[in-house]
Amino acid sequence: MEHYRRHALKQRLYDTLFQVVALAGLLFAVMVLMWLLYTVFEDGIGRLNKQFLTSFPSRRAEEAGILAGMVGSVLVVLLTIVIAVPLGIGAAIYLEEYGRKNWFSRFIELNIANLAGVPSIVYGLLGLGLFVRWMQLDRSLIAGALTLSLLIMPVIIISAREALRSVPPGIREASFAMGATRWQTIWHHLLPISFPSILTGIILAVSRAIGETAPLITIGALTFVTFLPDDLRSPFTILPIQIFNWISRPQAAFHENAAAGIIVLLCITLLLNATAIYLRNRFSR
Amino acid sequence: MEQQGKGAISFVPATFTTMRHQLGKVGLCAVAFVMVQCGSSERQSSVTTLRIDGSSTVYPITEAVAEEFQKQHPDVRITIGVSGTGGGFKKFCNGEVHITNASRPIAPGEVSNCSGRGLHFIELPVAYDGLAVVVHPDNTWVDKLSLSELRRIWESAAQGKITNWNQVRPGFPDMKLQLFGPGTDSGTFEYFTEAVMGERGNSRGDYTASEDDNVLVQGVNANPGALGYFGIAYYLENHEKLKLVPIDDENEANGTAAVTPSEQTVQDGTYGPLARALYLYVRQEDTIPEIVNRFVDFYLEHVNTLAREVGYIPLQAELMELVKLRWQNKVSGTMYPDGKEVGTNLKEKLQGGT
Repeated sequence: MEHYRRHALKQRLYDTLFQVVALAGLLFAVMVLMWLLYTVFEDGIGRLNKQFLTSFPSRRAEEAGILAGMVGSVLVVLLTIVIAVPLGIGAAIYLEEYGRKNWFSRFIELNIANLAGVPSIVYGLLGLGLFVRWMQLDRSLIAGALTLSLLIMPVIIISAREALRSVPPGIREASFAMGATRWQTIWHHLLPISFPSILTGIILAVSRAIGETAPLITIGALTFVTFLPDDLRSPFTILPIQIFNWISRPQAAFHENAAAGIIVLLCITLLLNATAIYLRNRFSR
Repeated sequence: MEQQGKGAISFVPATFTTMRHQLGKVGLCAVAFVMVQCGSSERQSSVTTLRIDGSSTVYPITEAVAEEFQKQHPDVRITIGVSGTGGGFKKFCNGEVHITNASRPIAPGEVSNCSGRGLHFIELPVAYDGLAVVVHPDNTWVDKLSLSELRRIWESAAQGKITNWNQVRPGFPDMKLQLFGPGTDSGTFEYFTEAVMGERGNSRGDYTASEDDNVLVQGVNANPGALGYFGIAYYLENHEKLKLVPIDDENEANGTAAVTPSEQTVQDGTYGPLARALYLYVRQEDTIPEIVNRFVDFYLEHVNTLAREVGYIPLQAELMELVKLRWQNKVSGTMYPDGKEVGTNLKEKLQGGT
């Protein structure tokens, strides 16, 4: 009896201990994030006004603004979504629903998994060679979007495949039993069911894309642009480049601009994610 | 299992119609967007774009000039990229940009790369930049440093060996020496190593390197035994956090005292090898486009005022006249055939070239 009581006590102690460790882990992560947000907001919130949001770069910190970077980032990400999402989901559907399971499909699978881990600068170099030089798209918006599309496609493919795989097989069988074709099964049943999970993958991928700087610098995103892109071949800049440029300036006033730029970047990421989450909730109702 | 399957089936019909609508809409929007965009691409030719790239050190000056130029010429588009001096020369020799910013003269290899593609250039000095050597503000023992002491600290042979201030000069205290400097990709690093060690890239590797000079400022400020170097603009903005070290260039002809960098000492050359010129390289063509002509004219006219405003040291008025003459005569090629700027006199170079 005594033995059992001691055993139970020990287990309860472990339980509490584990809970404390887990809580500490959570608190640590949240506190680091809070501290980051606090310092950024403290430095930048004062600069965040209409002038800042509607101005182009300037040598005077108080006259400089984020407009070119903001519009550039949003356009690049929207284009990236338009290009990468249909292609990524399409590839996942083929691999999951149509493709035969043989050495070739395993080879492709292995490559996609590998591509998801390739450093982004490598995609930048690929984009430079393929889109900028070979396809002669120049250092343009579309070249940047295509490069980011390559970068996030593996993530979208992998998550879309997971989503399709998690659809209960009974649904496929029921659909086929009703005489539906493969296409009808995919379009009317598999995609609607798996769409919320696919969206989660897209959220992660797009959040990564909007913060990416290295591949776009390689592609030739600029620092000083005083006009908004008016077509796909237009030169462009993105938020992270503007932020980095301001941070590396000697004057403290530019550092405030950088903090304000970070807030804008956070807000855009949040907005994109919120949209995706809204869509996800709508479709999973 | 049964439960799960039922649940899933029951919700399919409810969503699939909206789903199809939504997907269709998104797809339609995408197609429309692309078509509108493609249609508008013909307009681009009517707008002139002046493309500039190159050094991050020169960027603030060119940015200031471009900003003022666009106020007067709203119809002109100017883009400036920051690929670094070397990256800028690559794009320049590739014919991708009209002008490139450089914090050092073009190297012989880059010249042959350019001329190999039939590209020629006009080299225009536009301002000075001084390199500041700094220590922690509470550092009482360093009154000055000579070039040979800097060499002893920074040369590659010092790696792992020179780690204490008392190894730098007898009489210095027993204090750990902590070094801060720019990363090896930077033009500042290339210039400093060439000026101090006499060989580009000869540097110890065991120091705290950052491409962001503000990180170096913070590093020197936080460590009592610190020594660092970076562009003078960063010292001027943070002078209360740092102590500037006068440099003795050990050149008797130059005066024997150690020299502190300032507008005066950088311009008259007494700050010696740690002052450098910054350059603009303009593509030389049979007929230089009107827009490039007007921009460079404007640049040379206003750079002295604007360079000072953004924290750099302007060229003397008489030198600026020589630079303008060089531009008017469209003098092609570099003043530094061996790519070495350290120890040369800019005025003599300019007089020799025009």
